[in-house]
Amino acid sequence: MGMTITEKILAGHAGRERVAPGELVNCRLDLVLANDITAPLAIQEFRKLDLRKVFDPGRVVLVMDHFTPNKDIKSAEQCLVIREFAREFGIVNYFDVGAMGIEHCLLPEQGLVLPGDCMIGADSHTCTYGALGAFATGVGSTDLAAGMALGECWFKVPESMKFVFHGELRPWVGGKDLILYTIGQIGVEGARYRAMEFAGETIGALSVEGRLTMCNMAVEAGAKNGIVAPDDKTLDFVAGRKKREFQVYASDPDACYVEVYEYEAGQIEPQVAFPHLPENSRPVSEAAGIAVDQVVIGSCTNGRLEDLRTAAGILKGRRASSRLRLIVIPGTQEIYLQAMREGLLEVFVEAGAAVSTPTCGPCLGGHMGVLAHGERALSTTNRNFVGRMGHPESEVYLAGPAVAAATAITGYITHPEEVAQ
Amino acid sequence: MIIKGRIWKFGNDVDTDLIIPARYLNTTDPQELASHCMEDADKSFAGRVQPGDIIVAGRNFGCGSSREHAPVAIKSAGVSCVIAASFARIFYRNAVNIGLPILEAGESVQAIENGDEVEVDLATGKIRNLTHPATYQAAAFPSFMQQIIEAGGLINYVRERMAG
Repeated sequence: MGMTITEKILAGHAGRERVAPGELVNCRLDLVLANDITAPLAIQEFRKLDLRKVFDPGRVVLVMDHFTPNKDIKSAEQCLVIREFAREFGIVNYFDVGAMGIEHCLLPEQGLVLPGDCMIGADSHTCTYGALGAFATGVGSTDLAAGMALGECWFKVPESMKFVFHGELRPWVGGKDLILYTIGQIGVEGARYRAMEFAGETIGALSVEGRLTMCNMAVEAGAKNGIVAPDDKTLDFVAGRKKREFQVYASDPDACYVEVYEYEAGQIEPQVAFPHLPENSRPVSEAAGIAVDQVVIGSCTNGRLEDLRTAAGILKGRRASSRLRLIVIPGTQEIYLQAMREGLLEVFVEAGAAVSTPTCGPCLGGHMGVLAHGERALSTTNRNFVGRMGHPESEVYLAGPAVAAATAITGYITHPEEVAQ
Repeated sequence: MIIKGRIWKFGNDVDTDLIIPARYLNTTDPQELASHCMEDADKSFAGRVQPGDIIVAGRNFGCGSSREHAPVAIKSAGVSCVIAASFARIFYRNAVNIGLPILEAGESVQAIENGDEVEVDLATGKIRNLTHPATYQAAAFPSFMQQIIEAGGLINYVRERMAG
């Protein structure tokens, strides 16, 4: 019996020839990550261990992205804890305001996470990096503290589910639509504790950015990790960025999957997930006409250059509806700079958008776009739980950047083809 | 360890934003987190929960973010145990790591009603409803995990072992 790519990475990092689903294995970590919300708790726990150093100051990544630039005094105090820790322990990859980006946009861009890596992050969307063919999963702050100390973490080897996408995508359909569709099919616990492996010619044709979007939301189906086997696109993506060597893994043809789903991608319309769960995804045509008060384009799900290009392509020369606020947040400084060079930021500002420095802010109702009682947002983020973007009686609809841009123009949830130029 | 408490009932897919909304994540103070625990699901919870009370919920409890603040808020609010049909994986691991007892008990415990008094034996996984007499069996933690819970979490457990 062969192994899946997830099993091979875990075996490789546990010093084992092979592993099987359900086994508990202790793995060497290539990278550990925390942000300004999870790091303070991890540091508090780490300090209880009375250690003088982290396992490797070059393999601990700290990104100040959630409530930064500091939104209030308490957030500033939290960040101070991390800044002092980073200095004291000589953390090489410490990203503060002006250098930081939204962590899951930043790490692939900086070449910090590579194919074949085994890593943990104290952020549930750490599963994003599976798009590069890495095993990456979210943990809490205590596990992160142990990871910073030992450079190791134990895992239960997950069963793998395979999602095979066939055919060509329709216009205006991207990675976000594929993952919303998938979560709609299997539900928010449809992949609980499992690996979600994405494959098929549709995934092969999808950009690395689109794959990052898909793996990003694997956790919204309860998965431990999402993963796509590396191909030429992956290798091109990491070629100019990598700062160390890496290993490419792929699933064996006779690898074992608990479930295999096959989808005709050409049948999938742009998707919108209705409140209050990501599994409530429907074709955008079924959401047409729903008025919204705010559109957010950004986040670790859809804050990459390709997303901004898609949105700008629709918004160029247009104005956002005066009945809503349009907020655009490039994912990293590099994306921001490139969007500026390409004239995308000009398109957004001329459309009446507020363009922000990178931050997770509005996605979790932190700052930079919090919703009032009764308000409704359409957002390219990843969660539409009760109160996610602000008041518990506000609503969030999730979609990709094309639907978001089209909706911004009309003020109502809109299929991009209706406003495309 | 035997726990006895009054039940707070919640449904399926209780996410970490319901357990502790992100707007309160600018602190790690356990008491402050406790004061907002379950706020967006039941505003009265934090004010009325009594030490020892037990949460019973449906499937996928704790789905969403990796915030350890979620089990910390529940534990600091005085909740002695969370019983659910199933747990999201990051929450499950976080709860053990901070020493919050949790039991996966399948769908049968849904018969337990809000306000019932229930007794839980963490060593055996036996759950007894004292108000509406009935007994349920949950999977018990293996002994090393019970020791982590009794030590108050993973870091304390490691320190105790290193000192011992």
